[in-house]
Amino acid sequence: MTTTRTGYKWVGTRPVRHDGLDKVTGRARFGADYATAGMLHGVVLRSPHPHAHIVAIDFSDALAVPGVKAIITGADLPDLSDEFGTGSEGGINFRDLSRNILARDKVLYEGHPVAAVAAVTLRIAQQAAEMIEVEYEVLPAVLSMEHAMEDDAPVLHDDLYTLGLDSPPERPSNISRRRVIARGDLDAGWEEADVVVEREYTTKAVHQGYIEPHAVVAETGEDGRSTLWCSSQGHFAMRTYTTKVLGWEPGDMKVIPAEIGGGFGGKTTIYLEPLAALLSRRAGRAVKMVMTRSEVFRATGPTSGSVMRIKMGARRDGKLVAAIAWMAYEAGAFPGSPIGPGVMTVLAPYDIPNVLIEGFDVVLNKPKVAAYRAPGAPMAAFAAESVVDELAEKLGMDPIELRIRNAVTEGVRAVYGPKYRKIGFVETLEEARDHPHYSAPLGPWQGRGVASGYWFNFGGETTATVSINEDGTAVVMSGCPDIGGTRAALAQMAAEELGIDVHRIEPVVADTHSIGYNDMTGGSRVAFAVGIAVVDASRQLIEDMCSRAALIWDVPREEVEWVDGRAQSVTGAAAPLTLEELASGSANTGGPLSATVTVNPRGAGAGFSTQICDVEVDPDTGLVTVLRYTVVQDAGRAIHPDYVEGQMQGGAVQGIGWALNEEYIFDRDGVMENPGFLDYRMPVASDLPMIDTVIVEVPNPDHPYGVRGVGETGIIPPMAAVANAVYAATGKRMQDLPMSPVRVLEALSGD
Amino acid sequence: MSRTHVTCVLNGDPIDFLCNDYQTLLSVLRDELGMIGTKEGCGTGDCGACSVILDGQLVCSCLVFGPEVEGRSIETIEGMADGQHLHPLQESFLEGAAFQCGVCTPGFLVAAKALLDRNPTPTETEVRYGVAGNLCRCTGYDKIVRSILDAASRMSNPQTHKEAT
Amino acid sequence: MARIFFPTSLQQLTGGTEECEIEASTVRELFARLEERFPGIREQVASAAVAIDGDVVPGALLEPLDPDSEVHFLPAISGG
Ligand code: FES
Ligand code: FES
Repeated sequence: MTTTRTGYKWVGTRPVRHDGLDKVTGRARFGADYATAGMLHGVVLRSPHPHAHIVAIDFSDALAVPGVKAIITGADLPDLSDEFGTGSEGGINFRDLSRNILARDKVLYEGHPVAAVAAVTLRIAQQAAEMIEVEYEVLPAVLSMEHAMEDDAPVLHDDLYTLGLDSPPERPSNISRRRVIARGDLDAGWEEADVVVEREYTTKAVHQGYIEPHAVVAETGEDGRSTLWCSSQGHFAMRTYTTKVLGWEPGDMKVIPAEIGGGFGGKTTIYLEPLAALLSRRAGRAVKMVMTRSEVFRATGPTSGSVMRIKMGARRDGKLVAAIAWMAYEAGAFPGSPIGPGVMTVLAPYDIPNVLIEGFDVVLNKPKVAAYRAPGAPMAAFAAESVVDELAEKLGMDPIELRIRNAVTEGVRAVYGPKYRKIGFVETLEEARDHPHYSAPLGPWQGRGVASGYWFNFGGETTATVSINEDGTAVVMSGCPDIGGTRAALAQMAAEELGIDVHRIEPVVADTHSIGYNDMTGGSRVAFAVGIAVVDASRQLIEDMCSRAALIWDVPREEVEWVDGRAQSVTGAAAPLTLEELASGSANTGGPLSATVTVNPRGAGAGFSTQICDVEVDPDTGLVTVLRYTVVQDAGRAIHPDYVEGQMQGGAVQGIGWALNEEYIFDRDGVMENPGFLDYRMPVASDLPMIDTVIVEVPNPDHPYGVRGVGETGIIPPMAAVANAVYAATGKRMQDLPMSPVRVLEALSGD
Repeated sequence: MSRTHVTCVLNGDPIDFLCNDYQTLLSVLRDELGMIGTKEGCGTGDCGACSVILDGQLVCSCLVFGPEVEGRSIETIEGMADGQHLHPLQESFLEGAAFQCGVCTPGFLVAAKALLDRNPTPTETEVRYGVAGNLCRCTGYDKIVRSILDAASRMSNPQTHKEAT
Repeated sequence: MARIFFPTSLQQLTGGTEECEIEASTVRELFARLEERFPGIREQVASAAVAIDGDVVPGALLEPLDPDSEVHFLPAISGG
C-alpha cells in the first residue's frame, strides 16, 4: 500500500468539485431544507437560570392548546449509567449526554433544555412552550474557573470526584480530572537555563460558529422504525448516540445525511435528534426542529475557556532545557474539556528534556463544550508559543531559528511519550523563514509575529465502495459527510488508480442503510482514512478486471496489466479492453464490478503548521488590523490543493477571530449577553487581507499518496502569531484573549 | 388568522402567495414557495445567508416581512443562472473553490451580484466591503474575494477571458 | 521484549514504575501480562488510546507487537 509514485494525472490537480453545481445554484439540501407533508414543528423550552433544581414541571395547560401534539421532559428519557462511547470523538459519556439533551433534576446552564414541544405550526409550539410552568429552586452559579476550583465552591455534581489525584479525594468537587505528564529532572533543567520566562494566560470560550444552525427532521413509523434527516459530521454516530439516549435499537433507525453547513467539531454530537425522534414517536407524525442562532450559542459548542501558567527555560545557545505548564480548561456543565489533547500538545513541537505538565478539567455553569478544530491545542499553543517568542527575544535570537533548534523530528520522543514518525515541522519553519513575507519591511505601529502548532490527526473506522457502471463511469461511495471538498479528493484518488477522468466518477455520501459503518468527518481523517479505503477498493477492482481480461483472452493473469484505464496484454496478443467493455460484459465474467473495503488504519501522520502574521495597531483606539498573513503547513500530499489551502485559510481566520474579537460574555447572573452574530463578532471579509498559503509536502509513509490530515492544524498557531505581532508593534505582551480594542488600549496605557 | 394575499415578481415571473403578517420574506420563500436556496443563518440580519435582491437593492430577507413585497421584484439564487448558463459569478465560484460547506454560498453570490450590478469593476477593498454583511466561517474569504474579482473581470472583458481560457 | 511506558496517571498502579519490558505478541496478551504484574491495570489501559511505535492504534486488542515495539497509553484523542 505504500507505493508512492510521482507524475500524477489527477492527484494534486484542482478539478471543479462534484457537488459544486448544486451549491452555487441553491439546490443543495442542508439540514433545514428537508420537509415532509404534514410534519409537525418542535421547539425546546430552555432554562433561564444557570444553576437550579427543577422542583416541578406542569405542562397540562400547554398540552391542552389546540394543535399541540406532544410534550416531553427529562422524565421521558431513560436514565443511563456512566458509559463511554467511542468514535472519532473518543470518550463521550452517554449519561451526561442524555442529561445535556434534557435536564433531569437540575439545570446546569442558561439555555439547558427542560422540555420539548411538537405542534402543527412553529408558532403554536412556541406559544405552548411559554405556557409550560417550571418551578425552579435557584442555586448559586459557578461562572469562573477560579471560583469553580475553590474548596468551598458550590458543586455542580455531587457524585463528581476528581480522577488522577495522588490520593483519592474525600469530597466531590468541580474538578473532574487531573492529567499529568512528567519527564526528566526539572531542578537540573532550571539549573542549566540561562534565561527563564514565566507567564499566565487566559482565553475565553469561543464558538465554532458554523453558519448553518442545527436542524433535524425525524419520522417514526408505527413499527417503531425511524428515519432522521440531519446535518452532522457523521450520521452513523448520530444514530448510535440518538438510539443510545432513547434506549432504541440502532438497526431500527436510518439516518440520511443532509449537506452540512459547517461543523468544525461542533456537529460531532447530538442535541435535537433524540428530541425530534421521541416527539415524532409520541405524536405519530414527522417532526422538524431547527435551532435559532441564539440557541446555537447558548446551548451548543463552544470550546473551553482556559487559564494557563507556563514557565520555560533555555540555555544561551537556544536549547530549551526545562518547562512547566499548568493548565485548567472549562468543560462547561459536564466533564469533558479537551484537556487531554491540551496537555499532550502544549509542548509537543519541541524536544525539551525536563518537563512537568499538569492539566485540570473543570465543570461550571456554562454550556457543555464540544469539539472545536484541533480540540484543546489552540489555546495551549497561544500560551506556549508566546513564551517561546519571549525567550527568543531575551536570547536575542530569531524566533524561527529558536524553534528550528528545538524542533522535534522523526525519531524524537514526544513529550507525551511515543516517538515521532515522519513529520515535516522543520520544513514548515524553513519555508516560513525563507518566505518573502518574513523579511518584508514594516512601518510604525506595525509588527510581525510567528507561531507554530502541532496536531495528531486521526484514522478511524471506514467503509468505502467503488463500483463501475456499464458505461465505464464509476461511483465512489463512503459514509463521511463532505464538509469541504472531500468528495472531490476521493474521486481524484479513484481516478488516479483506475485511470479514468475524475468527472466520470460520482462520489456519493451514503446513508446508514446503504453502506457499512463510518466514523465521523472529524480528526482530519477523510482524505487519509477514506482515501486508503477508496484506493484499496480501486486496486481490488483493477485486479478483478485484469483477471477477467485474462479469462476473456484465455491467457495467464500475469500477462495482463492495467494501463490508462484499460486492461492490456503484455504480449500484445489482444486488443486492450476498456473499462466500459469490461463493465458491459461483466455478466459473462462473474457479475458486476464492485469492491468494498473496510479499514481502521493507523498512521494518520502528524500535522505541523507555522504561520506569519503582520498587524498594525491603532494607538488611539486599540484596534488591531491584520495586514498580511501567511500559513505554512505540512499536508503530506495535497490531493486537491484548492481545498487544502481552503482548510489552512479557514483555520487561520477562525484563529484570528479567536485572537481578536470572539468571546462568550456572561452577565453576573450567568446569562450569555452576546448570543448573536452582531455581538459575537466573527471576522468578515473587510477585516482581513488575503491569506497566503505554502503547502509543504513531506509525504506520510502510511498513505498510498502520502496524505496527512489538514483540517485542524491551521487553527493552532494564529492566536500566538497575532499576539507576538502585537508585541512587536507595541512592546506589550498580550496574555488575555481576545485582544479586543479595549484590552489593547488598557495595555498601551499601562506604561 | 387571516392571511395576506401578495402579488410580486420572483426571478422575472409574476407570482402570488398567501402569508401571515408576521412571516418574513425568508420564511415565505422557503416554507411557502419551497425555494430553499436562500438560507437562514441567524434570522437577525447579521449573516447574509438570506440575501436576496429586492427592486435592485440587496436585502436580508429575514428582515423583510412577506406582505412588504407586494408589487415588487425579488431576485434569489434560483434565478441567477440563465437557463442552462451559469452566471459568471457562479462559474468563478466553482472554478475558484470559493466555498467549502457551501451554506453561505447563495448569499455571497447574491450579494456579489448586487455589488457588480452597481460597480462592475470593484477593487479588492470594494469587494471586501461589498460582502462584509455576509459571514463565511469556512474559507477565510480569500477564495471568495478572488472569485468575485475574477467574475468581474470576466464580465467586463468577456473577449479576453474567452481567449485566456 | 516490548517496552511499555506508563503515564503518570497509571503509575499509582505500577508502584511508581515508569516503564518495563514485557514478552507479548499482541496487545491482548500484553494486557493480560500487565494485569498479572499490576493488578487492576487492565481496566485502565483498556479505556486508553494505545500507541504502538509512535502510532495511535484504534481498537488495538489484536494488534501484533514486535519484540522491539514501544507501547504508550494516552488519553483518548478527540478531533474536530
Ligand atoms: S438569516 Fe438573514 S442575515 Fe442571517
Ligand atoms: S463555505 Fe461554509 S460558511 Fe462559507
